[in-house]
Amino acid sequence: MSDTFFTSSPHWVWYIVWYFFVGGIAGCGFFIAALLHFFGRPEDRRVVQLGYYVACVGALVSGALLTLDLNRPERFWHMLVQSHTGTPMLKSWSPMSVGAWGLMLFGAFATMAALGAAAEEGRWRLKPLGWRPVGALGRGIPAAVIAGAGSLCGLFLAGYTGVLLAVTNRPLWADSQLLGALFLFSGASTAAATLILLARWRGESHPASLQWLARFDRGALGLELVTLVAFVVSLGPVARVLVGWWGLVLLVGVVGAGIVAPLVLERRPHASGHGHLAQAAALVLVGGFLLRVALILSSNEIHAVGSGVTRP
Amino acid sequence: MPEPMGFYTDTTVCIGCKACEVACKEWNQLPAREGGRVEMSGDSYDNTCTLSGTNWRHVKFIEQFSEDRSQGRWLMMSDVCKHCVRAPCLEVCPTNAIIRTEFDTVLIQSDVCNGCRLCIAACPFGVIDINPASNTAQKCTLCYDRLQAGMKPACAQACPTDSIRFGPIRELRVLAQQRVQQLHALGETRARLYGADEDILGGLNAFYLLVDEPETYGLPRKPRLPTRNLFASAALSTAGAALLGLLGLVSLRRRRVGEVAQAEARAPERFGV
Repeated sequence: MSDTFFTSSPHWVWYIVWYFFVGGIAGCGFFIAALLHFFGRPEDRRVVQLGYYVACVGALVSGALLTLDLNRPERFWHMLVQSHTGTPMLKSWSPMSVGAWGLMLFGAFATMAALGAAAEEGRWRLKPLGWRPVGALGRGIPAAVIAGAGSLCGLFLAGYTGVLLAVTNRPLWADSQLLGALFLFSGASTAAATLILLARWRGESHPASLQWLARFDRGALGLELVTLVAFVVSLGPVARVLVGWWGLVLLVGVVGAGIVAPLVLERRPHASGHGHLAQAAALVLVGGFLLRVALILSSNEIHAVGSGVTRP
Repeated sequence: MPEPMGFYTDTTVCIGCKACEVACKEWNQLPAREGGRVEMSGDSYDNTCTLSGTNWRHVKFIEQFSEDRSQGRWLMMSDVCKHCVRAPCLEVCPTNAIIRTEFDTVLIQSDVCNGCRLCIAACPFGVIDINPASNTAQKCTLCYDRLQAGMKPACAQACPTDSIRFGPIRELRVLAQQRVQQLHALGETRARLYGADEDILGGLNAFYLLVDEPETYGLPRKPRLPTRNLFASAALSTAGAALLGLLGLVSLRRRRVGEVAQAEARAPERFGV
């Protein structure tokens, strides 16, 4: 029996499931936008702007979810400042400590990028967006610095959540070292899917941008599938925890509906329109959410062994 | 500076009276579950069930009986925070709420803890939980307030059989070794110490004398620090991020190549070739 089976559940439930899901979309959404900012073409700008908006809203929602999950939400600042001394609180070897700083930094970059995008777009009739410093955030060197630094923070945000789970002593989470990479790839696929859906909803994005997002999504889904299989294999005997209801969710919900079906759907030839891309994107989002539900809740169900009857 | 202090629990003399549980609750003013109306768990005489934010001591009852119940024995063990020398909870706590005291014990400062619950997931023994009264993580303090006043922890004071011994770790280890030798001489060859040396998390300041495998008592055989996974996990994530970057660049390159090929294919048509 793995030593992880003697531990107690931290009762991380729905706030954390949603945080991991939204954080992955926000972080990788920024990364995709930054990629198109640097290497895309002018017609990709709509997707770039969308990516920055998604990242900004996602960062705000992530912060709120994390705070609400605390038993003492009013003490959220203890993650950043030592309450007794007033000095900065950072433990480089504690993923939660580094993650709190990472989320804050990412939120700052995502907000600046979103402001720059809004100023560039000129759609929002808000006075501050007309100010020169705000407009500068979306152009030239400031925009490049924000895109570069923000995408690094975004990739960190999408992946550290899995590392955080691995740096515990809980069953499943601490029995593999692949959760960070798995959540990162899932974050990339769900971010691309979110951008496809939003781009279609806004109806202004260039078809070539949508096609590229779909191609990127297929690649991320492939990486996710390979990593998920490697994750289950790396669990060894602990994988028996997944035999049953949670295994079914992973197999049918995540692999079947969330990875294989979108891959098939996106590759099918279609006469016109991008309806199939939207259907595939919706399935990817469902799969990405179920992945986090299954991996977090299945471990939560295992509790420390107490008293009982054994054989001599 | 006082020397490291702790518990040595000899499970062979535990009679399951639960005086330690009661004394702990009384001294630390910990509430009873459900106003004291605790239902029978069905797990032997154990209705406390687990260590928690309000149960800092937990007497485990393990019934060992053969299939036909002709042979059997009872194992009883008063479980508590192990006050590990290399404490996983202290290692990961993101607010520095968990500290090491001058007695080398591990203490959660309730006024600093914000209830993130990472320590619960990190503890390899399932010791820590949220105390609903304070809404912060709590566990045995090894009666830090009593220690500061030169007193024994309440549980050790109350234990009627001296199953729970309190004192300097150095002295307790000598006592425990002598007891193991005594039990071996009496024919109980399964007697062994758990956590008395540095093999387990640098040593446990609450260590045990057991007469069966650790797993039988609900103890992990070789608990480890959670950061054992940090480097590999972070490195694999970083490699994953690099792969995503590569995927993005390759797919953008392929888009450009495809468009150039399409433009070239259209060019002859445009010139009427």
